[in-house]
Amino acid sequence: MSSRERILGRVERALADVPRDDTPYDQAFARGYLREHGDRSVEQTVELLAENLADYRAIVHRTDPEELPYLIMRLLAQRGPQYVLVPPGLPPEWMSAADPTRVHDRAVSTPHELDKVESVVTGCAIAIAETGTIVLDGGPDQGRRRITLVPDHHICVVRVPDQVVSSVPQALQRLDPTRPLTWISGPSATSDIELDRVEGVHGPRTLEVVLVSGQASAEVNS
Amino acid sequence: MSGTFVGMPAFPPPVYPAFPVAAHEAVNNQTLRGNLRHATHTIRAKRAKAVAELSDWAALREAGKQIKDHTLRHLDRYLLQLEESVTAAGGIVHWAADADEANRIVTQLVQETGESEVVKVKSMATQEIGLNEALEAAGIRAYETDLAELIVQLGKDRPSHILVPAIHRNRGEIREIFVREMSEWGRPAPEGLTDSPAELAEAARLHLREKFLRAKVGISGANFMVADTGTLVVVESEGNGRMCLTLPETLISVVGIEKIVPTWQDLEVFLQTLPRSSTAERMNPYTSTWTGTTDGDGPRTFHLVLLDNGRTDTLADEVGRQALRCIRCSACLNVCPVYERAGGHAYGSVYPGPIGAILSPQLRGTASEIDASLPYASSLCGACYEVCPVAIDIPEVLVHLRERVVEGGPVTREGNKVVLQPAKGHAAERAAMRAARWTFTHPGALRTGQRLASRTRRFHPRTLPGPGKAWSGTRDLPAVPAEPFRDWWQRTNGGKDEAK
Repeated sequence: MSSRERILGRVERALADVPRDDTPYDQAFARGYLREHGDRSVEQTVELLAENLADYRAIVHRTDPEELPYLIMRLLAQRGPQYVLVPPGLPPEWMSAADPTRVHDRAVSTPHELDKVESVVTGCAIAIAETGTIVLDGGPDQGRRRITLVPDHHICVVRVPDQVVSSVPQALQRLDPTRPLTWISGPSATSDIELDRVEGVHGPRTLEVVLVSGQASAEVNS
Repeated sequence: MSGTFVGMPAFPPPVYPAFPVAAHEAVNNQTLRGNLRHATHTIRAKRAKAVAELSDWAALREAGKQIKDHTLRHLDRYLLQLEESVTAAGGIVHWAADADEANRIVTQLVQETGESEVVKVKSMATQEIGLNEALEAAGIRAYETDLAELIVQLGKDRPSHILVPAIHRNRGEIREIFVREMSEWGRPAPEGLTDSPAELAEAARLHLREKFLRAKVGISGANFMVADTGTLVVVESEGNGRMCLTLPETLISVVGIEKIVPTWQDLEVFLQTLPRSSTAERMNPYTSTWTGTTDGDGPRTFHLVLLDNGRTDTLADEVGRQALRCIRCSACLNVCPVYERAGGHAYGSVYPGPIGAILSPQLRGTASEIDASLPYASSLCGACYEVCPVAIDIPEVLVHLRERVVEGGPVTREGNKVVLQPAKGHAAERAAMRAARWTFTHPGALRTGQRLASRTRRFHPRTLPGPGKAWSGTRDLPAVPAEPFRDWWQRTNGGKDEAK
């Protein structure tokens, strides 16, 4: 007997008390919880996102599409990296004013090479206001998971309000589980020393989130 | 090579003393008690605040309980569905009936890659099966990458908490371990390292980075597996999880069969309740989800090892099976008055605290001294049940397991139904209970006995003699009133004539 059969047989015997016509999934539980917490306007939801991001030590900036390239330029200039990583589908306008040499995701083949790049600029799939979370799904403006992990400085652009949802349930509804997802809530942190939170372990120690508002987001996309 | 010891010695399996013996030693350790008190009190207040932010917490808790219960009641079906969806997404599924089989499978998978070292994400399942020791025996070095696991590994120590395995260490001790041991394992600790948590975290970052960058094989557990999509979820804080899940070419995940949820939507409950219950955050810094393999992004090969190791035996117990709802948040440890004083090591298992007291004796059986004593490692105050995000009634299971230890009876071990003999050390308890039953069913004898006890109350000892000595060693004997209640009731006409 294979272990697969053995385990499945054990499960079946263990559940001898469960009737065959036990309640099916659809009726097994009441989802009596809320789809989102509180009653907010779109603008208030964006405001809550900014607050919660900042609460977990992400640095939040707000701008419009015209100013975005200059803001990215300034943010990079403050750090002064020689190279900046960009995913293949990042709108070129975003980087049009930036000084550092751009390195494209695919050109960096090994983790060691990746480790030499200090900053990375990406978009995101969605952002969750209630938890201060940005979610990456490997889309063209976000790239492979590793590029937002190894560099120490991550600039993430969120188009507001289009990409902002209120809550975790709304986020899961909009995300595609077949894509590899990374949910990010602030820079990397640990509570392992005396259960006290310290920011800055293995992931990027500086997370800058740029909230871009304005109708021009459609143009940026094209 | 020195410093080959990795975590807990598992060959042969360690023998732990009974809980009261280990706890007695632990409570005399002032440093340990100070460390635990500080850490658990810090997190308690924060958790309460994070939970209070959600007005629908009770509904989320109830939904979490129901989703897990439903899954467990149909576990065979969901396991098959998961296997199918993981396979369809490009993963390879293995089944392991016990720890040895899981260790053999993983060892062989690593050997097939030709590698002799692996990086590990913190995982309770791999601790439970002693994977690091099994790999070590095969000449494969496993590097723990979670900060607390690193502290435990470098300190040649045992984990003492589910979420923060090094909770028994304070910052000064951690600094000392880093300075002394890091050079044995790779990059030494930075010169002039102080005990500031930020500097200690930085030292870990530097020490582990070279290991992440060269790693070809990663080993993880998972917090959740989604049956309908084949998605695995790892919830973490530091980014070591992301490193291990995305940089290596091969990923091996060892996951207990109870970690399934039916659908993607079900995650909406647990991704709200888990972070707030464990680290008291609205959301933990990083959550990774992956479904099989993705071309050009992350590992090219993904193995999932589904682990039983006593879980189906636990499932067979209609009262005890609720322990399988556990999502390993460790909120119950942080509020437990016994854990706070005894510390995690006294529980003789990778699962300490209240959840460990009901999980270990079910996963391992109650044959050993430690496992037979764990159901008693509680004052039954119920604080653990209050905070549990999947509403496991831990006191109920504790009492149920106490009964099993004392009375014996039918249980399932390794899939077989067996009848347990009553445990040896409880003869006096059984005799006392039998006597009580007889007395309470013979009112005449009860009345005579009560009157006799009242009249002789001046001569009662403060502690019990003989077999009752241990019991009264930590408890005061109740004072006997001058007059039995029933006599008082009759004399005063139910209290109405009391004033007379």
